[in-house]
Amino acid sequence: MNNNETVTEKLAVNENWCKGCGICVKFCPKNVLIVENEKVKIVDIEKCIQCGLCELRCPDYAIYVRGK
Amino acid sequence: MPSAIVSEYFRTNKLPQIWCPGCGHGIITRAITVAIDKLGLDRDKICIVSGIGCSSRAPGYMDFDTLHTTHGRALAFATGIKMANPDLKVIVITGDGDATAIGGNHLIHACRRNIDITAIIYNNNIYGMTGGQYSPTTPKFDKGTTAPYGNVDKAFDIPALAAAAGATYVGRSTAYHTQLLISLIENGIKNEGFSLIEAISVCPTYYGRKNKKGSAVEMLEWQKNHAVNIAAASKMAPESLDGKFLIGEFKNSPEPEYTKEYQKIIDMFKKE
Ligand SMILES: Cc1ncc(C[n+]2csc(CCOP(=O)(O)OP(=O)(O)O)c2C)c(N)n1
Ligand code: SF4
Ligand code: SF4
Ligand code: SF4
Repeated sequence: MNNNETVTEKLAVNENWCKGCGICVKFCPKNVLIVENEKVKIVDIEKCIQCGLCELRCPDYAIYVRGK
Repeated sequence: MPSAIVSEYFRTNKLPQIWCPGCGHGIITRAITVAIDKLGLDRDKICIVSGIGCSSRAPGYMDFDTLHTTHGRALAFATGIKMANPDLKVIVITGDGDATAIGGNHLIHACRRNIDITAIIYNNNIYGMTGGQYSPTTPKFDKGTTAPYGNVDKAFDIPALAAAAGATYVGRSTAYHTQLLISLIENGIKNEGFSLIEAISVCPTYYGRKNKKGSAVEMLEWQKNHAVNIAAASKMAPESLDGKFLIGEFKNSPEPEYTKEYQKIIDMFKKE
């Protein structure tokens, strides 16, 4: 379907669906994410606690927790 | 590959949605599928119906039997579906304009009948699809393209309206308070009767821009800082509720359901 995906053990991001709104970035309790060039980017995956708040509020289903 | 919920319940070949970046409608739409998933319902026994508006486009992305109808008439179509096939769980997705302006009469009568339908009103306080005209839920003095100097009409309190008209389950949450929204939708679907959930959305493009509310992120932060759960509000000093609004479960009082009552009349004549 697309190849612009970033898949880590904890989180997956689909850059094709991301609209860069910044909602996941703002409400992530651990500052794991940033928006760069209008797309979400994982910058500190070590800190991710897989709380799922990014997934819960992403309006475009472009980020989600893996293995849960 | 999308998440398990999205793979299961969305028409992924139609994604991403047409909605603007940060539009709250996407958050609410996912919340509905999570509620359905938690209830473990048979998806072939669910029908999702909408009217017209940005919000009403949601069923187009949802992998269920869906019906996209005409402006304001979602509840009328849904009533027909439920009457013809009372075994279905009928869910209505509608906007504040769709449900409370052009569709206001359908709304009050669906409430009054207590027909087993769960209506989720995506309230973004404006007509998004047509470019930012004020709606019956635009707060007094706020702006729209049709109220450039501020709207002088008083806004509807949707849950109060629905409860007074006879809805038997009524709640309100926001796009920010997503977990609460999911649980209200779950309870609404479980209620055998008319359930009304107001889901306060954000429209950064029209309501936000016209009223200088900032980005989608800032609008969600506003929801976070101004919503008070009704369960907590009763223990708070009235002054501390100034400028705040209530969320939570406002009414849960089951009554006889419309299609069941109607069937009783049919059965009365079958016996003879
Ligand atoms: C009979 C009729 N009148 C007017 C319209 C134009 N129209 C389309 S959507 C809409 C308002 C939508 O507002 P709302 O229901 O709040 O949904 P939103 O787009 O904000 O999600 C209007 C007036 C129409 N499609 N049909
Ligand atoms: S799962 Fe939680 S901690 Fe991890 S990126 Fe998402 S919001 Fe941040
Ligand atoms: S919330 Fe979703 S669409 Fe918005 S920046 Fe994050 S991943 Fe992208
Ligand atoms: S106009 Fe408003 S309601 Fe419509 S998609 Fe854009 S942000 Fe959402």
